[in-house]
Amino acid sequence: MIADNLPALLVVLPLLGAPLCLLLNRGTAAWLVATLVAWLVLAISIALLWQVRGGDALHYAFGNWQPPWGIDYVVDRLAAYVLLIVAAIGAVVMAYARRSVAAEIEPAQQPLFYTLMLLCLAGLLGITITGDAFNLFVLLEISSLSTYALVSLGRDRRALTAAYQYLIMGTIGATFYIIGVGLLYMLTGTLNMADIASRLAPVAGTNTVHTAFAFITVGLALKLAMFPLHLWLPNAYAFAPSVVTAFLAATATKVALYAMIRFIYSVFGGAFTFSQMHAELLVLPLAAAGAFVGSVVAVFQHGLKRMLAYSSVAQIGYMLIGLGAMSVTGLTAALLHLFNHALMKGALFLAVGALVLRMGTTRISALSGIAKQMPWTMAAFVIGGLSLIGVPATAGFVSKWYLILAVLENGWWPLVVLVVLTSLIAVVYVWRVIEVAYFEERPADAPPVREAPLSLLLPTWLLVLANLYFGIETGLTVGLAGEIATDLFGAGSGALPLEAAP
Amino acid sequence: MDWLGQYNYYVVFFLMMTGFYVVVARGNLVKKIVGLNIFQSSVFLLYISMAKVEHGTAPIVLADGTVYSNPLPHVLILTAIVVGVATTALGLALVVRIKEAYGTVEEDEIHDQDEPA
Repeated sequence: MIADNLPALLVVLPLLGAPLCLLLNRGTAAWLVATLVAWLVLAISIALLWQVRGGDALHYAFGNWQPPWGIDYVVDRLAAYVLLIVAAIGAVVMAYARRSVAAEIEPAQQPLFYTLMLLCLAGLLGITITGDAFNLFVLLEISSLSTYALVSLGRDRRALTAAYQYLIMGTIGATFYIIGVGLLYMLTGTLNMADIASRLAPVAGTNTVHTAFAFITVGLALKLAMFPLHLWLPNAYAFAPSVVTAFLAATATKVALYAMIRFIYSVFGGAFTFSQMHAELLVLPLAAAGAFVGSVVAVFQHGLKRMLAYSSVAQIGYMLIGLGAMSVTGLTAALLHLFNHALMKGALFLAVGALVLRMGTTRISALSGIAKQMPWTMAAFVIGGLSLIGVPATAGFVSKWYLILAVLENGWWPLVVLVVLTSLIAVVYVWRVIEVAYFEERPADAPPVREAPLSLLLPTWLLVLANLYFGIETGLTVGLAGEIATDLFGAGSGALPLEAAP
Repeated sequence: MDWLGQYNYYVVFFLMMTGFYVVVARGNLVKKIVGLNIFQSSVFLLYISMAKVEHGTAPIVLADGTVYSNPLPHVLILTAIVVGVATTALGLALVVRIKEAYGTVEEDEIHDQDEPA
């Protein structure tokens, strides 16, 4: 019974857990509920991935209303892969949250905090699993609205303006998306993604479809912070509470990218996107510019969180380069980086959260000599940083390797140079932190600082070890990402015949 | 071509661009929310327009009715309105907090206060 309803439980559990946290009205009790739910969700997502590992998609008709009329939850390998990332990061971050939240959030607001975290988790998981274009919008708004509120809980008053800015840009993005879905509904009369895809072929040459495609991709590009639509991201990451930053950086933009991949390959089809709309002509230059600008700007930041946030803009650029390469290898690289970047940024932001707990600041200049006092935290930061740079034997190396392979396949030498160059810039900004923390003396008048508590170190090191594990044992992620990419190309290539525009 | 026959779509896109312009061009945080509302309302109209079936009646089963307007977009837009209300409420709540923290709701004045920090 339970086994049949796993796809629904995945979203329903956190949705039910959220009001429970609110009713308990105690910080610790709410934390226990949230952590329990997050780990249950992780178990469910592993079970789902196990069920669909062979390649057969799992369908769940909500309320037994059959698709295309009812809402259809679809778990294929791509969805299960992203679900696993979101659920794993959610579980680790939630386990980490108690001490960090106790230090950064008012006691009265702590139950609300966990309520919002669970709502956000439910929304992100829902976006990933749903097969219905309008349902995706609703879940997108559930996760977005809770994210805005979470960002505004930061201690600095600039968190409020950051949340406001994010709200305006996020709502514009979501509204663009819903305009696009509306236009598709006008043409096809359906909201089920698979059904839209099957009915799109006769009308693929019309201006309405072109407009719908533009609205949906721009809307999702706002959500995934594609350069130059990334303006909300640095402030939101810099001023949100540490736990929120770690969770968002590792999941929110990834899920938006997943939605984009889903629309490009499963709804519009790769042939329409690239041969007819030539989306790559827009995506590639912007992705390359994002990778470069994000890396360069990161070097000049004074705040640790802000630096990592700009680095995220650059990493999103890498994923979009993979997407724009229009090949199985490119898509594999994008999916790999989606997974690996979640691991590395999760680990880095959790380490930063430990620093915030003990130091109360994220200014890089305040970290001088901190490696002696907090050796484990800084070691975690260094390994996360190495993974960010793409040093061999870390997860970051694997995805950059595939990215370079994909770009080479197309003979795009300038992009190879760009990926290598931006990786070298990453060395610069990671080194700045290492230099201050390891090679400068702690000022004599600085207050003594202890190592972060075990409840913060354990989750951080779990992600750090995952970075190393997936850097050495690449079979699992590379194999899965490759199979997913092949699946998507198989489904997308023949679906839409190419027509000349009228 | 009967381009006047699609006048509601002209209205939709005029409202859409008006709202979008207000969001981008105004520095007052409350006015930005107003612009966002106009922007979202245009989408509601877009959905309601597409649901209209010519000579169709309200989607209630009647003895003499055979052609009905499509009820689905109406339902979708009910959901979107709820989402819009939630967004507006959250946005205004943030504006109240910003006013408390900064003493102003003008974007440039807020920016000036944070610059030295």
